[in-house]
Amino acid sequence: MTALLVAVGAAVGAPLRYVLARLDGGFPTGMLVVNAVGSGLFGLFAALSLDEATWALLGTGLCGGFTSFSSFAVQAVERSPRDATSYVVATTVASIGACAIGWWLGIAMD
Amino acid sequence: MERPPEPERVDQPGRVSARPLRGADLLVVAVGGAVGAVLRFLIDSAAPDALFPWPTLGINVAGAFALGALPALAVVRRSHRVAAALGPGVLGGFTTVSAWAGQVRDQAAGGHVGVAGTYLAVTLGAGLLAAAIGRRVAHRREPDGASR
Repeated sequence: MTALLVAVGAAVGAPLRYVLARLDGGFPTGMLVVNAVGSGLFGLFAALSLDEATWALLGTGLCGGFTSFSSFAVQAVERSPRDATSYVVATTVASIGACAIGWWLGIAMD
Repeated sequence: MERPPEPERVDQPGRVSARPLRGADLLVVAVGGAVGAVLRFLIDSAAPDALFPWPTLGINVAGAFALGALPALAVVRRSHRVAAALGPGVLGGFTTVSAWAGQVRDQAAGGHVGVAGTYLAVTLGAGLLAAAIGRRVAHRREPDGASR
């Protein structure tokens, strides 16, 4: 049952990512936004006292399926060292920063 | 932001914007993403709880290698739809940035700043290396390293 909720969440998150990743130009702005927004929502959902089923749907499924480490890593190594460095730093700072802000908002809301 | 013309990027597995958006592509990405996420969930559930998130690290490094190496499969080179199902679909849903960010935040907030820094750096280092090796594997048979 829990696995089914993970599947449903990811079945929404993955195609959303696919659409937004199309915004990627010379620099992968679309994936950067996807990973930052998904990490922010993950932090928010983690701070709310969600039951196991809701967390499986929204955290593990939706946010997990929406964000993607594999696309990020491959996009980084496909680029020039300079663009790759900017992309890796931007993704790391934005994702962890957004997650911390999301958590903080969630604690304030819960 | 620089946008030099880079036509050779069309077939790169990390890039999906080369084709018009089709409903069938979204469907295979949704199904693939669900399969990948359930795999990630099962691996996570089977692993014992620990401060250092080995399962997520392994998932992200393995997924980065697999996405880089994906064009080594003839069926992926032939069919854009199979490539979408396996790349942004299965491997996109399997790997995750949100759980990684959440784990780093948890570790740092819990006072384990050294663990957080190590986990952050090891994920980036091993993940990027795995993606680069995967790409080398996929492009091994192309002497000029150019696009297909």
